[in-house]
Amino acid sequence: MYFDLTDEQQAIKATAHDFLAARYKSDRIRELAESENGFEQSDWDEMAELGWTGLALPEEWGGQGLGIVELAVLFEEMGYALAPSPLFSNTIAGLALSLCGSDEQRERYLRPLAEGKLRGTPALWDAGGPATIGSFTMEPRADGEGIVLDGEKVLVMDAAAADFFLVATSDGRRHLVERGADGVTITPSTSIDTTRRLYAVRFDGVKVAAEDSLPAAEADYYGVFFRLCVALAAESTGIAQRTMEMAVAYAKDRQQFGRPIGAYQAVSHRCAQMLLETENARSAVYGAASMAKAYASDAGWRVPDASIQVHGGIGFTWEHDLHFFLKRGKANAAMFGDSKWHRERVADAVLA
Amino acid sequence: MDLTLSPSEQQFRDEVRDWIEANHPGPEPEAGLEEVMAFRREWQLKMHAAGWAGISWPKEYGGRGATMIEQAIFVGEAARLEAPSPANVLGLAMGGPVVIAHGSDEQKQRYLEPILTGEEIWCQGFSEPESGSDLASLKTRAVKDGDEWVVTGQKVWTTFAQYAKWCMLVARTDPDAPKHKGLTYFLMDMDQPGVEAKPLVQITGEGEFNEVFINEARIPDENIVGGVGNGWGVAITTLMNERAGLAFGAIAQIANNLKRLGALAAETRVNGGTAAEDPVFRQRIAQLHIEAETMRLNAYRGLTKTMQSGIPGPEGSLGKWQWADINQRIAELALDIEGAYAPLTRGDEHVVAGGAWQYSFLRSRANSIEGGTTDILKNIIAERVLGLPRMR
Repeated sequence: MYFDLTDEQQAIKATAHDFLAARYKSDRIRELAESENGFEQSDWDEMAELGWTGLALPEEWGGQGLGIVELAVLFEEMGYALAPSPLFSNTIAGLALSLCGSDEQRERYLRPLAEGKLRGTPALWDAGGPATIGSFTMEPRADGEGIVLDGEKVLVMDAAAADFFLVATSDGRRHLVERGADGVTITPSTSIDTTRRLYAVRFDGVKVAAEDSLPAAEADYYGVFFRLCVALAAESTGIAQRTMEMAVAYAKDRQQFGRPIGAYQAVSHRCAQMLLETENARSAVYGAASMAKAYASDAGWRVPDASIQVHGGIGFTWEHDLHFFLKRGKANAAMFGDSKWHRERVADAVLA
Repeated sequence: MDLTLSPSEQQFRDEVRDWIEANHPGPEPEAGLEEVMAFRREWQLKMHAAGWAGISWPKEYGGRGATMIEQAIFVGEAARLEAPSPANVLGLAMGGPVVIAHGSDEQKQRYLEPILTGEEIWCQGFSEPESGSDLASLKTRAVKDGDEWVVTGQKVWTTFAQYAKWCMLVARTDPDAPKHKGLTYFLMDMDQPGVEAKPLVQITGEGEFNEVFINEARIPDENIVGGVGNGWGVAITTLMNERAGLAFGAIAQIANNLKRLGALAAETRVNGGTAAEDPVFRQRIAQLHIEAETMRLNAYRGLTKTMQSGIPGPEGSLGKWQWADINQRIAELALDIEGAYAPLTRGDEHVVAGGAWQYSFLRSRANSIEGGTTDILKNIIAERVLGLPRMR
């Protein structure tokens, strides 16, 4: 029993912390949030050099061969820095290919993805379809050996930055479609979270060859899903940690009625609550995936929300950075099963 | 990071488990505190004979010298298997460790063995009617008289005072010194004319706690622990030991309560199904399981940290706060599931689950008060963990 990061994990954390703090200062985040694709290729190249694009992918496919703990360590720092980057969506695509792809697909897509030369993203939810995970409505139409895809996918992360999509169909399978394929149209969506780009992607008679459909069935994607939930929960934990620190620093500094506001229990107890929720979220990340996603989904927006309250009026302004964290936290909470959905999974397990 | 027990820790857990299962005396008697105490004394003798009393104490003082992780395993297993509490729980968890840390060789000789056997029960004389959370303001006075001290004052919330031979008493020996500096830690003999314990009846109807009236009681010089004027530091050691020992028992107790809660939900009919099928109850049950799990993982993270640094940090306050909150919410949810039956209590013909949840609901009201109120814990977290300015 040793519940702390190993020296190697500490090193990953420290490297990520320093790198991201240097890259993503407030002005830079704002600049990227208003830019066309929401990220910078040169940042991506550096992340690839640090091994992040293949962090939890097998060494035989060009990854670092590390696991879920290292992934959580990295994504907590990504959240702490609020780094605008397609790394999360790309990580999902990498995990899906690694766990569910064929060797030919891995050779063509996973190896360059792990090396940072190709980017992928999942295309899951259907326009007008249910928001729940796993009930996708796009019907694959048989076409010789392959299939044809028709329909519109929504909430596709970083679509404009991606080289390929993993498109989910109603039979529970995923299909590789390159962004430049005939019949693919990308439209940027308008999200509260401008630091992670969402798109609608239309597929009009898009032909998919048999070798571009992943061999795995729906149930095989649970392994991908649990890992991405942990990574996203870790990111929300980083958001909570950062906004708690902002509240504490402000409460020490801001004077009202002749003393720092942090000396008042109405404020200091709110900060203590923020610490409780942040630490709980961090612990949950190293436990079961649905527990982590449920808890961190709530903490990931409640803590920034409480931080805005501690800041008072200044916290409500566009000029202050807090709103970016609140928005990312709320968006994370909604994606890939909200806290209610994951609590229901926990209830299933404990009330069996 | 490794969240599993090592082979030697597993072996230790199996040893603990086997011993408790083989020696478990069954549930405590329901009638009367006297019977309960006799039952617990017998259990403690059994524990001592097998070397499980004073598990954290060094071997040279009759303990087992267990590592922190082994203590955590022992406390967790005992709670999971619902083993009785030993009779002298305060002596084992606080009195002994304080004598070992601050006591003289003579005191170690005199006090430690009867704590382990349960022959002498200990109680804790800290809180007073006017000094609760602000403990250092306590007023009980000790005045030097030859080679003795004469003590007068009143203590409150004194668990087991009616059975105790020794009281860990903090009294003011220098009224002119700043409030934390004028205190001294005594071991007071409870068997003397100047000491009277009166049970306080709680909202559960029981009398776990006492008021202790002290009127010119006498304590010899050699019963001072840690020197005159050093009482605050010694008292803090006592409280740290209290908190560190409790976490893993509390975690197992919560796990047991959640299991019972699940059973209650499965048996209770609501809206044409069971409470276990009701979406709102399912959400609340799941949330409690999630928070209980974060509490367990936090405790292991804290333990790893303590093992590295050697001392428990103020982060332990988070666990105590969370324990009180979860424990209260489990009982509240159970009563919500019982619905209109919730008022019926022990002894009623139609009571649900023998009235266990009514008792839990009422008893758990104290969880956010005893051993540091939740409000004070938040102050500690704000000031000592987050470094916010002191409110005073």
